[in-house]
Amino acid sequence: MSTSTIRPALHQPTGPAHTRIYAYGAARGEKIVPNDDLVGPIDSSDEWIRQRTGIVTRTRANAETTAIELSTDAAAEAIARSGVDPADVDAVIVATISNPKQTPSVSAIVADRVGANPAAAYDVNAACAGFAYAVAQADALIRGGAAHYAVVVGAEKLSDVVDPTDRSISFLLGDGAGAVVIGPSDYAGIGPTIWGSDGSKSDAVGMNHTLVEFRDGLAPWPTLRQEGPTVFRWAVWEMVKVARQALEAAGVEASDLAAFVPHQANMRIIDEFAKQLGLPESVVIARDIETTGNTSAASIPLATHRLLEEHPEVSGGLALQIGFGAGLVFGAQVIVLP
Amino acid sequence: MAFSNDEVLAGLAELITDETGISADEVALEKSFTDDLDIDSISMMTIVVNAEEKFGVTIPDEEVKNLKTVGDAVTFITTNQG
Repeated sequence: MSTSTIRPALHQPTGPAHTRIYAYGAARGEKIVPNDDLVGPIDSSDEWIRQRTGIVTRTRANAETTAIELSTDAAAEAIARSGVDPADVDAVIVATISNPKQTPSVSAIVADRVGANPAAAYDVNAACAGFAYAVAQADALIRGGAAHYAVVVGAEKLSDVVDPTDRSISFLLGDGAGAVVIGPSDYAGIGPTIWGSDGSKSDAVGMNHTLVEFRDGLAPWPTLRQEGPTVFRWAVWEMVKVARQALEAAGVEASDLAAFVPHQANMRIIDEFAKQLGLPESVVIARDIETTGNTSAASIPLATHRLLEEHPEVSGGLALQIGFGAGLVFGAQVIVLP
Repeated sequence: MAFSNDEVLAGLAELITDETGISADEVALEKSFTDDLDIDSISMMTIVVNAEEKFGVTIPDEEVKNLKTVGDAVTFITTNQG
């Protein structure tokens, strides 16, 4: 007799056929930082920043406010709006690249603070694609039967990793967190995720030094840098292909969308992206970057939260969301807005 | 089909006008993209991608930095077209 015949059969769970986003929550840094506050060290002007980025102000957090506080506030709002009992949340995923402490994770502390202890909790490092990655994971965890209700947060305190003299990216960056609750649905609320990476372009955007180099006095405090034109080309012309794949995989056309929520990297990217995608006038385009800045993993849920407040008519419609950034990594999916 | 220098210059001028609103008359071989035409890096990249499509060439990111003048771009495109 082989061992396989005497081994007891395992139970492998499966979950519901469909999931959807129930509700959004948002928290932005307390300070509204105008361009004029940043132009000195980069020998620039308000006009220069507005013209090249579309940013008028960005939100940045006070010194004592961390990504944990921002995440907790955003997650608590999303849970309250969802109607889900926080005790029923059994997975908390936080996408972030700016937690200054490698461990413990932001997510475990957030899970405890919002009343979801002992939910499974872990952080995701996929930069500006982190939220789309985490939504893909939550969707799969629930449909696979590994979780019932998931909280997904994108959270950043990027003001801790900026160099005031850097002209490539620092002046774009803001602090904030956006959150959603994802759970079972009787209709398809999250389309297939088109995601991937290109590590051959790892130098295009990311931290300029390691913490070890900093410790050993070989480099200053690590901060974010980017090769702007390289990132721009990739973020528009390569990501348009990914966006089209996400629409096709979901079985919808651009004209079926109520909203387009790209990562809020730069208004010029958003405008060119929308142009290349050929979006009809009826599609509302998220432009939260104008007053929030680029908040990496937080930008998509923050922008969507604002879109739902300013354009309540898009509720129940389809939104195409796409994140792209350091790695390089990208993730896109079509979702039904709550 | 290979494009001549004049054809590439005229085509580039059209792309520059579309992206920036600069009159095609101002686009000449000796003009610097940044100093004379005041084209920023993002507009430059948009022009580059559109030029790739128009002229059937590949202009790598690292090459874009070397294209200081309109003449540099015309030369690169005419010598690299397939």
